[in-house]
Amino acid sequence: MRITQGCFSFLPDLTDAQISKQIQYCLDQGWAVSFEYTDDPHPRNTYWEMWGHPMFDIRDAKAVMGELAECRRMHGDMYIRLCAFDSTHTWESLRISFVVQRPAQEPGFMLARHEKGGRNIGYETRAYVMEKPAGTRYS
Amino acid sequence: MDTPVINLPPADGNSRYRAGVMEYRKMGYWEPDYEPKITDVIACFRVTPQDGVDPIEASAAVAGESSTATWTVVWTDRLTACEKYRAKCFRVDPVPNAAGAYFAYIAYDLDLFEPGSIANLTASIIGNVFGFKPLKALRLEDMRLPVAYVKTFEGPSTGIVVERERLDKFGRPFLGATVKPKLGLSGRNYGRVVYEALKGGLDFTKDDENINSQPFMHWRDRFLYCMEAVNKAQAATGEVKGTYLNVTAGTMEEMYERAEFAKSLGSVIVMIDLIIGYTAIQSMSKWCRRNDMILHLHRAGHGTYTRQKSHGVSFRVIAKWMRLAGVDHIHAGTVVGKLEGDPKTTAGFYDILREDKLPMQLEHGIFFEQDWASTRKVLPVASGGIHLGQMHELLHLLKDDAVLQFGGGTIGHPMGIAAGATANRVALEAMVLARNEGRDIMKEGPEILNAAGKWCLPLRQALDTWGDVTFNYASTDTPDFVPSATPAY
Repeated sequence: MRITQGCFSFLPDLTDAQISKQIQYCLDQGWAVSFEYTDDPHPRNTYWEMWGHPMFDIRDAKAVMGELAECRRMHGDMYIRLCAFDSTHTWESLRISFVVQRPAQEPGFMLARHEKGGRNIGYETRAYVMEKPAGTRYS
Repeated sequence: MDTPVINLPPADGNSRYRAGVMEYRKMGYWEPDYEPKITDVIACFRVTPQDGVDPIEASAAVAGESSTATWTVVWTDRLTACEKYRAKCFRVDPVPNAAGAYFAYIAYDLDLFEPGSIANLTASIIGNVFGFKPLKALRLEDMRLPVAYVKTFEGPSTGIVVERERLDKFGRPFLGATVKPKLGLSGRNYGRVVYEALKGGLDFTKDDENINSQPFMHWRDRFLYCMEAVNKAQAATGEVKGTYLNVTAGTMEEMYERAEFAKSLGSVIVMIDLIIGYTAIQSMSKWCRRNDMILHLHRAGHGTYTRQKSHGVSFRVIAKWMRLAGVDHIHAGTVVGKLEGDPKTTAGFYDILREDKLPMQLEHGIFFEQDWASTRKVLPVASGGIHLGQMHELLHLLKDDAVLQFGGGTIGHPMGIAAGATANRVALEAMVLARNEGRDIMKEGPEILNAAGKWCLPLRQALDTWGDVTFNYASTDTPDFVPSATPAY
């Protein structure tokens, strides 16, 4: 399966040239770009690991792409996403987020059903890879 | 613009309170020198007096009848600080290019209104006065809500930013679809549509406004099957999904019961219809705030009073009231779809819902500055006869913070519902990507879609099916101050 979190998951994986253009767009809007990585693909896993702080003072897409290359080198088998933060009053959150690297194999999720009273069912979405310890899930 | 009639001095002292009937303008409801206070609520009405009725007197009557006046002088006014409580019409302008109609600006003291109650606000502003005999017609065009009043409301329970955070969806409009046919599907069949559409790539599916609890599908069946579909689609995609479960019902107690059940099943969102009334809407907003739930509002019924320019309430006012009342989503027009929507007027609605501070912008129908004082933003929903062939126009006109709902355009896809959903999502992502790269999507839109259609067969098939469908009819609700894209009637 293909996890479709993030803004461009229905397109073919973006090339570095395409990613660089999106970064430039973010910087032109005045947003701070950062990268985050994880091997826990659950849709409600909010806190991926930070690859450093958001790059508040970098205004050059090339430098940002350098950080991405370094992050990929260290975490080549995990998900990496780009996040762009907007500090404007009444927004003060992410403006865009999309996956810039994904594992070669994505085993996906099982849906566990817990039958309760009446016809109610409690649902649990569980990633198959979570059976393994962190750091070994996609290697 | 100049006021058309010479001012009469207001009556004073004994003469003001002599028993009998007196012109409203002499009773203190017309004060051309009045400077509205920063805490005043200001309304702009389109007043069409009966033939022979003086426009100033008609406008003063609107001020009177929407505040303290009755048809005759009453001495009990003198027991009160009546000067303060009288609404004051301070300006009357002829409507451009509309003989016999006038814009009346009326200021209301903050003390006239109960804090945090749309019911009380509307009982004054649109309570009696719309049936007033000396007027042929009356329309509430816009209101300036002072910060002091705005802050008495909690506003949207979730708001655009937190909704995006909660659903982990940033950088593009949300995609939705209304389940069709709107009536007749069993719960099991209904959930099938939800599953296919969400698995195919939509973020949301939606109950229609008139899906409540009918013989063909009781509400509990719908909720149970829909949540099976939502969770299955979530596991199939690794993405958070939702379906607007319509909890509209005959009583508040019944609505709370349905909302509680939706919550117990793990739904992220519930839905209500505008026709449940302002108080019920505020109650549901408070329930949603307590229960971490997004609140979707379908504006069912609004066309009965928003569409004609001569009489009723403009949707921009309804939009303001609903932001105060605290809904998270509201249907606000598509411009290009099958339902009413002049581009500039619709842009005004979207600004009211999404901006924190609005300048006066007459060409968009915005008569007043408005400071929302950090009230959370409402996500506008574009629904009704839109399809992916218009993706570039939709993104250009409506921008990122909207829900694009392609109901027929998803479910009617020749290769099935999931293919329809995929086509929509690919079209949207391709368009956002291109726009961010600096391409002129209004010019290159069709080319961008065709290029994506080369590798995405469902998109190609959708373009072949609907690419050319348009709804080109003249709008009725258009701004008065500049030539608009469509003629007004």
